[in-house]
Amino acid sequence: MSSTRRDFLIKSAQAAALAVTGGLVWAYLLKQQANAAAYAIRPPGARMADDFNARCIKCGQCVRACPFDTLRLAHSAETIPIGTPYFVPRDIPCYMCEDIPCMNACPTGALDPGLEDIADARMGQAVIDIENCLSWQGLRCEICHRECPLTDKAITVEHHPRRISRHAMFVPLVHSDACTGCGICEKACPTEVAAIRVVQPELVRGRIGEHYRLGWKNAAGITEDFDAGRAKAGSPAAPTGLDYLNEGEP
Amino acid sequence: MNDTHPPRLGPNGRPVRHFVMPRSLGGRLRVWRHIIYRRVVQVGLLVLFFGTAQWGWNVFGRPLLQGNLSASEVLGAIPMADPFAVLQISLTGVVLNPEVWLGAAIILGVYGLAGGRTWCAWVCPINMVADGAAWLRRRLGVADIFHVSRNLRYSVLVLSLVLSVLMGVAAFEWISPIAILHRELLYGIGMGWVVVLGILLFDLLVLRNGWCGHLCPLGAFYALVGRVALVRVAFDTPSCTHCGDCARVCPEPQVLNLRRASEVGMIASGECTNCGRCITVCPEDTLAFGLRPRIDVPAGGTNQQVHHRRVT
Ligand code: SF4
Ligand code: SF4
Ligand code: SF4
Ligand code: SF4
Repeated sequence: MSSTRRDFLIKSAQAAALAVTGGLVWAYLLKQQANAAAYAIRPPGARMADDFNARCIKCGQCVRACPFDTLRLAHSAETIPIGTPYFVPRDIPCYMCEDIPCMNACPTGALDPGLEDIADARMGQAVIDIENCLSWQGLRCEICHRECPLTDKAITVEHHPRRISRHAMFVPLVHSDACTGCGICEKACPTEVAAIRVVQPELVRGRIGEHYRLGWKNAAGITEDFDAGRAKAGSPAAPTGLDYLNEGEP
Repeated sequence: MNDTHPPRLGPNGRPVRHFVMPRSLGGRLRVWRHIIYRRVVQVGLLVLFFGTAQWGWNVFGRPLLQGNLSASEVLGAIPMADPFAVLQISLTGVVLNPEVWLGAAIILGVYGLAGGRTWCAWVCPINMVADGAAWLRRRLGVADIFHVSRNLRYSVLVLSLVLSVLMGVAAFEWISPIAILHRELLYGIGMGWVVVLGILLFDLLVLRNGWCGHLCPLGAFYALVGRVALVRVAFDTPSCTHCGDCARVCPEPQVLNLRRASEVGMIASGECTNCGRCITVCPEDTLAFGLRPRIDVPAGGTNQQVHHRRVT
Protein backbone atom coordinates (compact mmCIF):
# COMPACT_ATOMS: atom_id res chain seq x y z
CA MET A 1 0.00 0.00 0.00
CA SER A 2 2.49 2.58 1.19
CA SER A 3 4.83 1.60 -1.60
CA THR A 4 2.24 2.49 -4.27
CA ARG A 5 1.61 5.73 -2.47
CA ARG A 6 5.32 6.39 -2.42
CA ASP A 7 5.50 5.56 -6.12
CA PHE A 8 2.72 7.98 -6.78
CA LEU A 9 4.42 10.76 -4.85
CA ILE A 10 7.71 10.15 -6.61
CA LYS A 11 6.00 10.06 -10.00
CA SER A 12 4.24 13.35 -9.28
CA ALA A 13 7.48 14.93 -8.13
CA GLN A 14 9.18 13.72 -11.29
CA ALA A 15 6.44 15.12 -13.49
CA ALA A 16 6.55 18.44 -11.65
CA ALA A 17 10.34 18.56 -11.94
CA LEU A 18 10.12 17.85 -15.66
CA ALA A 19 7.60 20.66 -16.14
CA VAL A 20 9.69 23.11 -14.12
CA THR A 21 12.93 22.18 -15.92
CA GLY A 22 11.27 22.44 -19.30
CA GLY A 23 9.61 25.70 -18.29
CA LEU A 24 12.90 27.22 -17.14
CA VAL A 25 14.74 26.33 -20.34
CA TRP A 26 11.81 27.62 -22.34
CA ALA A 27 11.65 30.86 -20.34
CA TYR A 28 15.38 31.30 -20.87
CA LEU A 29 14.96 31.01 -24.64
CA LEU A 30 12.17 33.58 -24.56
CA LYS A 31 14.24 35.98 -22.47
CA GLN A 32 17.21 35.65 -24.82
CA GLN A 33 14.96 36.42 -27.77
CA ALA A 34 13.31 39.39 -26.07
CA ASN A 35 16.71 40.85 -25.15
CA ALA A 36 17.65 40.93 -28.81
CA ALA A 37 14.82 43.41 -29.49
CA ALA A 38 17.22 46.31 -28.81
CA TYR A 39 19.02 45.54 -32.06
CA ALA A 40 15.96 45.73 -34.28
CA ILE A 41 15.02 48.84 -36.24
CA ARG A 42 11.26 48.40 -36.35
CA PRO A 43 8.68 49.61 -38.91
CA PRO A 44 7.00 52.97 -38.25
CA GLY A 45 4.46 52.95 -35.47
CA ALA A 46 6.08 50.03 -33.67
CA ARG A 47 5.24 50.19 -29.99
CA MET A 48 7.81 50.09 -27.19
CA ALA A 49 9.74 46.82 -27.10
CA ASP A 50 7.70 44.97 -24.44
CA ASP A 51 4.37 45.92 -25.94
CA PHE A 52 5.53 45.18 -29.47
CA ASN A 53 6.95 41.79 -28.44
CA ALA A 54 3.68 40.84 -26.83
CA ARG A 55 1.51 41.90 -29.74
CA CYS A 56 3.33 41.02 -32.94
CA ILE A 57 1.94 37.72 -34.24
CA LYS A 58 4.74 37.48 -36.82
CA CYS A 59 2.41 37.38 -39.77
CA GLY A 60 4.56 39.43 -42.14
CA GLN A 61 1.65 41.50 -43.46
CA CYS A 62 3.63 44.69 -42.83
CA VAL A 63 6.53 43.21 -44.80
CA ARG A 64 4.30 42.57 -47.78
CA ALA A 65 2.60 45.94 -47.60
CA CYS A 66 5.84 47.89 -47.96
CA PRO A 67 6.19 49.06 -51.57
CA PHE A 68 9.97 49.46 -51.22
CA ASP A 69 10.73 45.96 -49.87
CA THR A 70 12.23 47.68 -46.86
CA LEU A 71 10.99 45.29 -44.22
CA ARG A 72 12.02 41.72 -43.48
CA LEU A 73 10.90 39.09 -41.01
CA ALA A 74 13.84 37.99 -38.88
CA HIS A 75 14.70 34.40 -39.57
CA SER A 76 16.12 31.99 -37.07
CA ALA A 77 19.80 32.82 -37.48
CA GLU A 78 19.60 36.56 -36.77
CA THR A 79 20.22 38.64 -33.67
CA ILE A 80 16.64 39.90 -33.83
CA PRO A 81 13.68 38.23 -32.09
CA ILE A 82 12.64 35.47 -34.43
CA GLY A 83 9.89 36.18 -36.92
CA THR A 84 9.54 39.89 -36.10
CA PRO A 85 9.72 42.63 -38.75
CA TYR A 86 12.75 44.90 -38.94
CA PHE A 87 14.86 46.64 -41.52
CA VAL A 88 18.49 47.33 -42.29
CA PRO A 89 18.65 50.99 -43.38
CA ARG A 90 21.98 50.59 -45.14
CA ASP A 91 20.30 48.05 -47.48
CA ILE A 92 16.88 49.65 -47.90
CA PRO A 93 15.76 52.49 -45.63
CA CYS A 94 12.16 53.39 -44.88
CA TYR A 95 11.05 55.99 -47.41
CA MET A 96 8.35 57.29 -45.09
CA CYS A 97 5.20 56.67 -47.12
CA GLU A 98 2.59 59.24 -46.23
CA ASP A 99 -0.16 56.61 -46.07
CA ILE A 100 1.99 54.30 -43.88
CA PRO A 101 0.87 51.03 -45.56
CA CYS A 102 2.90 48.77 -43.24
CA MET A 103 1.17 50.14 -40.17
CA ASN A 104 -2.22 49.91 -41.81
CA ALA A 105 -1.63 46.27 -42.71
CA CYS A 106 -0.80 45.23 -39.16
CA PRO A 107 -3.72 43.25 -37.73
CA THR A 108 -2.61 43.19 -34.10
CA GLY A 109 -1.76 46.81 -33.47
CA ALA A 110 1.90 45.94 -32.86
CA LEU A 111 2.35 48.85 -35.24
CA ASP A 112 0.20 51.38 -33.46
CA PRO A 113 -2.60 52.68 -35.71
CA GLY A 114 -2.52 55.85 -33.62
CA LEU A 115 0.40 57.09 -35.73
CA GLU A 116 -1.15 59.66 -38.05
CA ASP A 117 1.82 61.55 -39.39
CA ILE A 118 4.80 59.52 -40.59
CA ALA A 119 7.05 62.35 -39.35
CA ASP A 120 6.05 61.33 -35.83
CA ALA A 121 7.41 57.81 -36.33
CA ARG A 122 10.33 56.83 -34.10
CA MET A 123 11.87 53.77 -35.69
CA GLY A 124 15.24 54.46 -34.19
CA GLN A 125 17.61 57.36 -34.01
CA ALA A 126 20.47 58.40 -36.25
CA VAL A 127 23.82 58.90 -34.55
CA ILE A 128 26.96 60.28 -36.13
CA ASP A 129 30.36 58.75 -35.61
CA ILE A 130 32.28 62.04 -35.74
CA GLU A 131 35.61 60.24 -35.98
CA ASN A 132 34.61 58.89 -39.38
CA CYS A 133 32.15 61.47 -40.68
CA LEU A 134 33.71 63.28 -43.67
CA SER A 135 32.22 66.62 -42.70
CA TRP A 136 33.72 66.31 -39.23
CA GLN A 137 37.13 65.84 -40.88
CA GLY A 138 36.67 69.20 -42.61
CA LEU A 139 35.49 67.95 -46.01
CA ARG A 140 32.34 69.34 -47.58
CA CYS A 141 30.02 66.32 -47.59
CA GLU A 142 26.75 66.96 -45.72
CA ILE A 143 25.02 64.37 -47.91
CA CYS A 144 22.97 63.14 -44.97
CA HIS A 145 21.69 66.64 -44.36
CA ARG A 146 20.61 66.98 -47.98
CA GLU A 147 19.00 63.53 -48.20
CA CYS A 148 17.12 63.66 -44.90
CA PRO A 149 13.36 63.92 -45.55
CA LEU A 150 13.17 66.18 -42.50
CA THR A 151 16.22 68.19 -43.41
CA ASP A 152 16.94 71.20 -41.17
CA LYS A 153 14.75 69.66 -38.54
CA ALA A 154 16.21 66.18 -37.94
CA ILE A 155 19.66 67.06 -39.28
CA THR A 156 21.10 70.55 -39.27
CA VAL A 157 24.50 71.75 -40.41
CA GLU A 158 26.41 73.94 -37.98
CA HIS A 159 29.66 75.85 -38.12
CA HIS A 160 32.47 74.41 -36.15
CA PRO A 161 35.87 76.08 -35.69
CA ARG A 162 38.74 74.25 -37.23
CA ARG A 163 42.19 74.23 -35.71
CA ILE A 164 44.40 74.04 -38.79
CA SER A 165 42.97 76.96 -40.78
CA ARG A 166 40.75 79.98 -40.49
CA HIS A 167 37.95 78.25 -42.39
CA ALA A 168 35.15 76.76 -40.40
CA MET A 169 33.91 73.17 -40.71
CA PHE A 170 30.31 72.51 -41.62
CA VAL A 171 29.19 69.59 -39.53
CA PRO A 172 25.89 67.71 -39.47
CA LEU A 173 24.10 67.30 -36.16
CA VAL A 174 21.11 65.04 -35.51
CA HIS A 175 18.19 66.23 -33.41
CA SER A 176 16.31 63.50 -31.68
CA ASP A 177 13.12 65.53 -31.37
CA ALA A 178 12.63 65.30 -35.15
CA CYS A 179 14.61 62.23 -36.31
CA THR A 180 12.27 59.40 -37.34
CA GLY A 181 15.01 56.81 -37.75
CA CYS A 182 14.08 56.17 -41.36
CA GLY A 183 17.75 55.58 -42.21
CA ILE A 184 17.82 57.43 -45.53
CA CYS A 185 20.92 59.22 -44.23
CA GLU A 186 22.59 55.92 -43.39
CA LYS A 187 21.82 54.66 -46.87
CA ALA A 188 23.24 57.82 -48.46
CA CYS A 189 26.42 58.18 -46.40
CA PRO A 190 29.39 57.76 -48.78
CA THR A 191 31.90 56.33 -46.30
CA GLU A 192 32.79 52.64 -46.59
CA VAL A 193 30.86 51.84 -43.47
CA ALA A 194 28.21 54.47 -42.84
CA ALA A 195 29.37 57.15 -40.40
CA ILE A 196 25.74 57.97 -39.59
CA ARG A 197 23.72 55.02 -38.40
CA VAL A 198 20.28 54.37 -37.02
CA VAL A 199 20.14 52.59 -33.68
CA GLN A 200 17.60 52.14 -30.95
CA PRO A 201 17.83 55.27 -28.82
CA GLU A 202 18.10 53.36 -25.55
CA LEU A 203 21.42 51.94 -26.72
CA VAL A 204 23.06 55.35 -27.08
CA ARG A 205 21.05 58.00 -25.32
CA GLY A 206 21.96 59.25 -21.87
CA ARG A 207 19.84 61.16 -19.41
CA ILE A 208 20.99 64.30 -17.58
CA GLY A 209 18.89 63.75 -14.50
CA GLU A 210 16.69 66.22 -12.66
CA HIS A 211 19.36 67.39 -10.24
CA TYR A 212 21.10 69.42 -12.96
CA ARG A 213 19.26 72.70 -13.41
CA LEU A 214 20.05 74.27 -16.77
CA GLY A 215 19.25 77.85 -15.77
CA TRP A 216 19.93 79.37 -19.18
CA LYS A 217 17.24 77.17 -20.69
CA ASN A 218 14.83 78.26 -18.03
CA ALA A 219 13.34 81.71 -18.50
CA ALA A 220 12.24 82.06 -14.88
CA GLY A 221 15.68 81.27 -13.51
CA ILE A 222 17.24 78.36 -11.78
CA THR A 223 14.96 78.04 -8.81
CA GLU A 224 11.72 78.39 -10.76
CA ASP A 225 10.03 75.27 -9.47
CA PHE A 226 12.35 74.48 -6.61
CA ASP A 227 10.48 73.35 -3.57
CA ALA A 228 12.56 72.48 -0.53
CA GLY A 229 9.66 70.55 0.91
CA ARG A 230 9.79 68.12 -2.04
CA ALA A 231 13.55 67.69 -1.91
CA LYS A 232 14.69 64.10 -2.02
CA ALA A 233 16.11 62.40 1.01
CA GLY A 234 19.78 63.19 1.30
CA SER A 235 19.56 66.65 -0.24
CA PRO A 236 20.33 69.67 1.94
CA ALA A 237 17.59 70.08 4.47
CA ALA A 238 15.48 73.19 4.73
CA PRO A 239 16.96 75.52 7.38
CA THR A 240 15.78 74.85 10.85
CA GLY A 241 15.95 77.18 13.84
CA LEU A 242 15.59 80.94 13.81
CA ASP A 243 16.08 83.02 10.72
CA TYR A 244 16.44 86.23 12.67
CA LEU A 245 18.35 88.10 10.00
CA ASN A 246 15.25 88.00 7.84
CA GLU A 247 12.49 87.68 10.30
CA GLY A 248 13.85 89.58 13.25
CA GLU A 249 14.02 88.27 16.81
CA PRO A 250 10.81 87.02 18.27
CA MET B 1 -1.19 -22.57 -45.03
CA ASN B 2 -4.53 -20.92 -44.85
CA ASP B 3 -6.12 -24.14 -46.07
CA THR B 4 -4.87 -26.10 -43.09
CA HIS B 5 -6.03 -23.60 -40.44
CA PRO B 6 -9.64 -22.52 -40.12
CA PRO B 7 -9.78 -18.72 -40.69
CA ARG B 8 -9.81 -16.57 -37.55
CA LEU B 9 -13.24 -15.05 -36.97
CA GLY B 10 -13.96 -11.49 -36.02
CA PRO B 11 -16.38 -10.49 -33.26
CA ASN B 12 -19.06 -10.20 -35.94
CA GLY B 13 -18.52 -13.83 -36.89
CA ARG B 14 -16.93 -13.06 -40.23
CA PRO B 15 -13.46 -14.28 -41.17
CA VAL B 16 -10.68 -11.79 -40.55
CA ARG B 17 -9.21 -10.55 -43.79
CA HIS B 18 -6.28 -8.20 -44.02
CA PHE B 19 -5.48 -5.20 -46.13
CA VAL B 20 -3.65 -6.06 -49.34
CA MET B 21 -2.07 -3.30 -51.39
CA PRO B 22 -3.68 -3.46 -54.84
CA ARG B 23 -1.28 -4.10 -57.70
CA SER B 24 -2.91 -1.80 -60.21
CA LEU B 25 -1.96 1.87 -60.24
CA GLY B 26 -5.62 2.87 -60.02
CA GLY B 27 -6.07 0.72 -56.95
CA ARG B 28 -2.98 2.18 -55.33
CA LEU B 29 -4.07 5.70 -56.07
CA ARG B 30 -7.37 4.88 -54.38
CA VAL B 31 -5.51 3.72 -51.29
CA TRP B 32 -3.33 6.81 -51.36
CA ARG B 33 -6.11 9.21 -52.19
CA HIS B 34 -6.26 10.96 -48.84
CA ILE B 35 -2.54 11.46 -48.66
CA ILE B 36 -2.70 12.95 -52.16
CA TYR B 37 -5.58 15.28 -51.24
CA ARG B 38 -3.77 16.27 -48.06
CA ARG B 39 -0.57 17.16 -49.87
CA VAL B 40 -2.55 19.13 -52.43
CA VAL B 41 -4.21 21.16 -49.67
CA GLN B 42 -0.99 21.60 -47.68
CA VAL B 43 1.18 22.59 -50.62
CA GLY B 44 -1.66 24.52 -52.27
CA LEU B 45 -2.06 26.77 -49.23
CA LEU B 46 1.68 27.35 -49.13
CA VAL B 47 1.64 28.26 -52.81
CA LEU B 48 -1.27 30.67 -52.27
CA PHE B 49 0.61 32.40 -49.46
CA PHE B 50 3.82 32.38 -51.47
CA GLY B 51 2.21 33.61 -54.67
CA THR B 52 0.53 36.48 -52.86
CA ALA B 53 3.70 37.38 -51.00
CA GLN B 54 6.30 37.01 -53.73
CA TRP B 55 4.43 37.35 -57.00
CA GLY B 56 1.69 39.72 -55.90
CA TRP B 57 -1.23 37.42 -56.73
CA ASN B 58 -4.45 39.34 -56.45
CA VAL B 59 -8.05 39.55 -57.59
CA PHE B 60 -9.00 42.99 -58.88
CA GLY B 61 -6.08 44.43 -56.99
CA ARG B 62 -7.00 42.74 -53.73
CA PRO B 63 -4.20 40.49 -52.44
CA LEU B 64 -5.35 36.88 -52.58
CA LEU B 65 -4.01 35.49 -49.31
CA GLN B 66 -1.84 38.01 -47.51
CA GLY B 67 0.13 37.02 -44.42
CA ASN B 68 0.86 33.56 -43.14
CA LEU B 69 -0.70 30.82 -41.01
CA SER B 70 -0.33 32.95 -37.87
CA ALA B 71 -2.54 35.70 -39.25
CA SER B 72 -3.69 36.54 -42.73
CA GLU B 73 -6.31 38.26 -44.79
CA VAL B 74 -8.26 36.89 -47.75
CA LEU B 75 -8.82 39.39 -50.54
CA GLY B 76 -7.98 42.20 -48.17
CA ALA B 77 -11.28 41.65 -46.40
CA ILE B 78 -11.67 38.43 -44.44
CA PRO B 79 -9.30 38.24 -41.46
CA MET B 80 -7.94 34.93 -40.25
CA ALA B 81 -5.80 34.32 -37.18
CA ASP B 82 -4.38 31.33 -35.35
CA PRO B 83 -6.68 31.01 -32.31
CA PHE B 84 -3.94 29.45 -30.18
CA ALA B 85 -1.57 32.35 -30.96
CA VAL B 86 -4.32 34.86 -30.18
CA LEU B 87 -4.99 33.07 -26.89
CA GLN B 88 -1.31 33.30 -25.94
CA ILE B 89 -1.06 36.97 -26.93
CA SER B 90 -4.16 37.77 -24.91
CA LEU B 91 -2.67 36.00 -21.89
CA THR B 92 0.27 38.42 -21.97
CA GLY B 93 -2.25 41.05 -20.97
CA VAL B 94 -2.55 42.74 -24.33
CA VAL B 95 -6.05 43.71 -25.49
CA LEU B 96 -6.28 42.83 -29.17
CA ASN B 97 -8.67 44.53 -31.54
CA PRO B 98 -11.93 42.90 -32.67
CA GLU B 99 -10.56 42.17 -36.14
CA VAL B 100 -8.02 39.71 -34.75
CA TRP B 101 -10.64 38.08 -32.56
CA LEU B 102 -12.90 37.73 -35.56
CA GLY B 103 -10.02 36.14 -37.48
CA ALA B 104 -9.40 33.69 -34.64
CA ALA B 105 -13.11 32.90 -34.41
CA ILE B 106 -13.24 32.21 -38.14
CA ILE B 107 -10.34 29.74 -37.95
CA LEU B 108 -11.76 28.16 -34.81
CA GLY B 109 -15.04 27.81 -36.71
CA VAL B 110 -13.30 26.23 -39.70
CA TYR B 111 -11.62 23.56 -37.59
CA GLY B 112 -14.67 23.18 -35.40
CA LEU B 113 -16.45 22.09 -38.57
CA ALA B 114 -13.55 20.31 -40.29
CA GLY B 115 -12.50 18.29 -37.27
CA GLY B 116 -9.93 19.93 -34.98
CA ARG B 117 -6.68 18.19 -35.80
CA THR B 118 -7.71 18.23 -39.44
CA TRP B 119 -5.37 21.21 -39.16
CA CYS B 120 -2.55 18.75 -38.41
CA ALA B 121 -3.05 16.30 -41.26
CA TRP B 122 -4.25 18.73 -43.91
CA VAL B 123 -2.60 22.11 -43.30
CA CYS B 124 0.33 22.15 -40.87
CA PRO B 125 3.63 22.16 -42.78
CA ILE B 126 5.43 20.14 -40.09
CA ASN B 127 3.06 17.28 -40.86
CA MET B 128 5.00 16.56 -44.03
CA VAL B 129 8.21 16.29 -42.02
CA ALA B 130 6.55 14.10 -39.40
CA ASP B 131 4.94 11.85 -42.02
CA GLY B 132 8.29 11.54 -43.77
CA ALA B 133 10.01 10.55 -40.53
CA ALA B 134 7.28 8.01 -39.72
CA TRP B 135 7.52 6.50 -43.19
CA LEU B 136 11.32 6.21 -42.96
CA ARG B 137 11.06 4.75 -39.50
CA ARG B 138 8.73 2.01 -40.75
CA ARG B 139 10.96 1.25 -43.72
CA LEU B 140 14.09 1.06 -41.61
CA GLY B 141 12.31 -0.86 -38.86
CA VAL B 142 13.59 1.39 -36.08
CA ALA B 143 12.60 -0.15 -32.75
CA ASP B 144 11.00 1.83 -29.93
CA ILE B 145 13.47 2.60 -27.17
CA PHE B 146 11.15 4.07 -24.58
CA HIS B 147 7.58 5.02 -23.93
CA VAL B 148 6.30 8.49 -23.16
CA SER B 149 2.68 9.34 -22.43
CA ARG B 150 0.94 11.05 -25.31
CA ASN B 151 -0.76 13.25 -22.74
CA LEU B 152 2.53 15.07 -22.33
CA ARG B 153 1.33 17.44 -25.05
CA TYR B 154 -1.42 18.77 -22.80
CA SER B 155 1.21 19.65 -20.20
CA VAL B 156 3.17 21.47 -22.88
CA LEU B 157 -0.04 23.27 -23.82
CA VAL B 158 -0.61 24.40 -20.24
CA LEU B 159 3.06 25.36 -19.93
CA SER B 160 2.88 27.56 -23.02
CA LEU B 161 -0.12 29.40 -21.57
CA VAL B 162 1.52 29.82 -18.17
CA LEU B 163 4.77 31.06 -19.73
CA SER B 164 2.83 33.53 -21.88
CA VAL B 165 1.44 35.05 -18.70
CA LEU B 166 4.79 35.05 -16.90
CA MET B 167 7.09 36.14 -19.71
CA GLY B 168 4.83 38.64 -21.46
CA VAL B 169 5.28 37.12 -24.90
CA ALA B 170 3.34 34.43 -26.77
CA ALA B 171 5.50 31.58 -25.46
CA PHE B 172 4.88 28.95 -28.11
CA GLU B 173 4.80 31.38 -31.03
CA TRP B 174 8.30 32.49 -30.11
CA ILE B 175 9.78 29.01 -30.48
CA SER B 176 7.24 27.21 -32.66
CA PRO B 177 8.97 25.00 -35.26
CA ILE B 178 5.73 25.14 -37.26
CA ALA B 179 5.86 28.91 -37.55
CA ILE B 180 9.61 28.87 -38.18
CA LEU B 181 9.33 26.38 -41.04
CA HIS B 182 6.31 28.10 -42.52
CA ARG B 183 7.82 31.60 -42.31
CA GLU B 184 11.09 30.51 -43.78
CA LEU B 185 9.36 28.81 -46.68
CA LEU B 186 7.63 32.12 -47.36
CA TYR B 187 10.23 34.71 -46.41
CA GLY B 188 13.59 33.08 -46.95
CA ILE B 189 15.56 30.35 -45.27
CA GLY B 190 17.64 30.99 -42.18
CA MET B 191 18.39 28.28 -39.69
CA GLY B 192 14.87 26.87 -39.98
CA TRP B 193 16.11 23.70 -41.57
CA VAL B 194 17.89 22.90 -38.29
CA VAL B 195 14.52 22.76 -36.56
CA VAL B 196 13.12 20.57 -39.32
CA LEU B 197 16.11 18.25 -39.16
CA GLY B 198 15.74 18.11 -35.39
CA ILE B 199 12.12 16.98 -35.62
CA LEU B 200 13.00 14.51 -38.36
CA LEU B 201 15.77 12.89 -36.32
CA PHE B 202 13.75 12.94 -33.12
CA ASP B 203 10.78 11.25 -34.78
CA LEU B 204 12.95 8.86 -36.77
CA LEU B 205 15.40 7.64 -34.15
CA VAL B 206 14.23 8.71 -30.71
CA LEU B 207 10.47 8.59 -30.32
CA ARG B 208 7.91 7.36 -32.82
CA ASN B 209 5.50 10.20 -33.68
CA GLY B 210 7.58 12.09 -31.15
CA TRP B 211 6.80 15.70 -31.95
CA CYS B 212 3.24 15.58 -33.29
CA GLY B 213 2.08 12.70 -31.13
CA HIS B 214 3.65 13.69 -27.82
CA LEU B 215 4.84 17.28 -27.61
CA CYS B 216 3.21 19.76 -29.96
CA PRO B 217 0.90 22.10 -27.98
CA LEU B 218 -0.83 23.32 -31.14
CA GLY B 219 -1.80 19.74 -31.94
CA ALA B 220 -3.01 19.43 -28.35
CA PHE B 221 -5.05 22.62 -28.73
CA TYR B 222 -6.73 21.31 -31.86
CA ALA B 223 -7.24 17.92 -30.20
CA LEU B 224 -9.43 19.75 -27.67
CA VAL B 225 -11.32 21.38 -30.55
CA GLY B 226 -11.69 17.95 -32.14
CA ARG B 227 -13.68 16.69 -29.16
CA VAL B 228 -16.67 18.65 -30.34
CA ALA B 229 -15.85 19.05 -34.02
CA LEU B 230 -18.24 18.09 -36.76
CA VAL B 231 -16.29 15.96 -39.22
CA ARG B 232 -15.29 12.64 -37.65
CA VAL B 233 -14.29 9.22 -38.89
CA ALA B 234 -17.50 7.20 -38.65
CA PHE B 235 -17.31 3.59 -37.50
CA ASP B 236 -19.71 0.97 -38.82
CA THR B 237 -19.63 -1.54 -36.00
CA PRO B 238 -21.26 -4.61 -37.67
CA SER B 239 -18.68 -4.81 -40.44
CA CYS B 240 -15.54 -4.58 -38.29
CA THR B 241 -13.60 -7.83 -37.81
CA HIS B 242 -11.02 -6.28 -35.46
CA CYS B 243 -8.27 -7.03 -37.94
CA GLY B 244 -6.32 -4.08 -36.54
CA ASP B 245 -5.05 -2.83 -39.90
CA CYS B 246 -6.35 0.68 -39.13
CA ALA B 247 -4.31 0.98 -35.94
CA ARG B 248 -1.19 -0.16 -37.77
CA VAL B 249 -1.26 2.82 -40.13
CA CYS B 250 -2.64 5.40 -37.68
CA PRO B 251 -0.24 8.03 -36.35
CA GLU B 252 -2.35 8.18 -33.17
CA PRO B 253 -3.28 4.50 -32.75
CA GLN B 254 -4.72 5.01 -29.27
CA VAL B 255 -7.73 6.75 -30.85
CA LEU B 256 -8.75 3.55 -32.63
CA ASN B 257 -10.21 2.09 -29.50
CA LEU B 258 -12.65 -0.19 -31.30
CA ARG B 259 -14.77 -0.86 -28.24
CA ARG B 260 -15.38 2.82 -27.68
CA ALA B 261 -15.79 3.37 -31.43
CA SER B 262 -18.56 0.79 -31.55
CA GLU B 263 -20.29 2.50 -28.63
CA VAL B 264 -20.39 5.93 -30.22
CA GLY B 265 -20.22 4.97 -33.89
CA MET B 266 -17.16 7.08 -34.61
CA ILE B 267 -13.58 7.81 -33.69
CA ALA B 268 -14.50 10.17 -30.92
CA SER B 269 -11.06 11.14 -29.63
CA GLY B 270 -9.99 14.63 -30.60
CA GLU B 271 -6.50 13.30 -31.15
CA CYS B 272 -7.60 11.74 -34.46
CA THR B 273 -6.14 13.93 -37.21
CA ASN B 274 -8.74 13.06 -39.87
CA CYS B 275 -5.88 11.97 -42.10
CA GLY B 276 -8.02 9.17 -43.54
CA ARG B 277 -5.27 6.54 -43.57
CA CYS B 278 -7.44 4.08 -41.66
CA ILE B 279 -10.32 4.61 -44.07
CA THR B 280 -8.41 3.48 -47.11
CA VAL B 281 -6.71 0.45 -45.56
CA CYS B 282 -9.79 -0.99 -43.89
CA PRO B 283 -10.62 -4.15 -45.86
CA GLU B 284 -14.24 -4.10 -44.64
CA ASP B 285 -15.04 -0.44 -45.40
CA THR B 286 -15.93 0.02 -41.76
CA LEU B 287 -14.49 3.49 -41.62
CA ALA B 288 -15.57 6.58 -43.56
CA PHE B 289 -15.68 10.33 -43.05
CA GLY B 290 -18.96 11.41 -41.54
CA LEU B 291 -20.61 14.32 -39.76
CA ARG B 292 -21.04 13.98 -36.02
CA PRO B 293 -24.80 14.51 -35.81
CA ARG B 294 -25.48 12.25 -38.78
CA ILE B 295 -23.44 9.37 -37.47
CA ASP B 296 -25.79 6.60 -36.37
CA VAL B 297 -25.07 5.72 -32.81
CA PRO B 298 -25.68 2.00 -32.58
CA ALA B 299 -28.35 0.78 -30.16
CA GLY B 300 -27.19 0.17 -26.61
CA GLY B 301 -26.41 -3.54 -26.81
CA THR B 302 -23.99 -3.48 -29.70
CA ASN B 303 -20.93 -3.01 -27.64
CA GLN B 304 -21.68 -5.81 -25.22
CA GLN B 305 -22.43 -8.07 -28.13
CA VAL B 306 -19.18 -7.21 -29.86
CA HIS B 307 -17.20 -7.57 -26.72
CA HIS B 308 -18.84 -10.83 -25.79
CA ARG B 309 -18.29 -12.38 -29.16
CA ARG B 310 -14.67 -11.38 -29.19
CA VAL B 311 -14.09 -13.07 -25.88
CA THR B 312 -15.64 -16.36 -26.95
S1 SF4 C 1 6.54 53.75 -44.21
FE1 SF4 C 1 6.60 52.95 -46.28
S2 SF4 C 1 8.78 52.66 -46.77
FE2 SF4 C 1 8.60 52.90 -44.57
S3 SF4 C 1 8.49 50.75 -43.85
FE3 SF4 C 1 6.39 51.53 -44.03
S4 SF4 C 1 5.74 50.88 -46.03
FE4 SF4 C 1 7.98 50.71 -46.01
S1 SF4 D 1 1.95 43.16 -39.51
FE1 SF4 D 1 2.05 43.57 -37.31
S2 SF4 D 1 1.75 41.55 -36.35
FE2 SF4 D 1 2.26 41.18 -38.51
S3 SF4 D 1 4.49 40.90 -38.50
FE3 SF4 D 1 4.11 43.09 -38.93
S4 SF4 D 1 4.19 44.04 -36.89
FE4 SF4 D 1 3.95 41.86 -36.55
S1 SF4 E 1 0.82 18.01 -33.96
FE1 SF4 E 1 1.64 20.09 -34.18
S2 SF4 E 1 3.30 19.93 -35.65
FE2 SF4 E 1 2.12 18.03 -35.79
S3 SF4 E 1 0.74 18.39 -37.45
FE3 SF4 E 1 -0.34 18.97 -35.57
S4 SF4 E 1 0.06 21.17 -35.28
FE4 SF4 E 1 1.50 20.40 -36.81
S1 SF4 F 1 -8.09 7.29 -36.74
FE1 SF4 F 1 -7.84 7.22 -38.97
S2 SF4 F 1 -8.16 9.34 -39.60
FE2 SF4 F 1 -7.81 9.40 -37.41
S3 SF4 F 1 -5.64 9.76 -37.21
FE3 SF4 F 1 -5.92 7.55 -37.15
S4 SF4 F 1 -5.66 6.88 -39.25
FE4 SF4 F 1 -5.98 9.09 -39.31
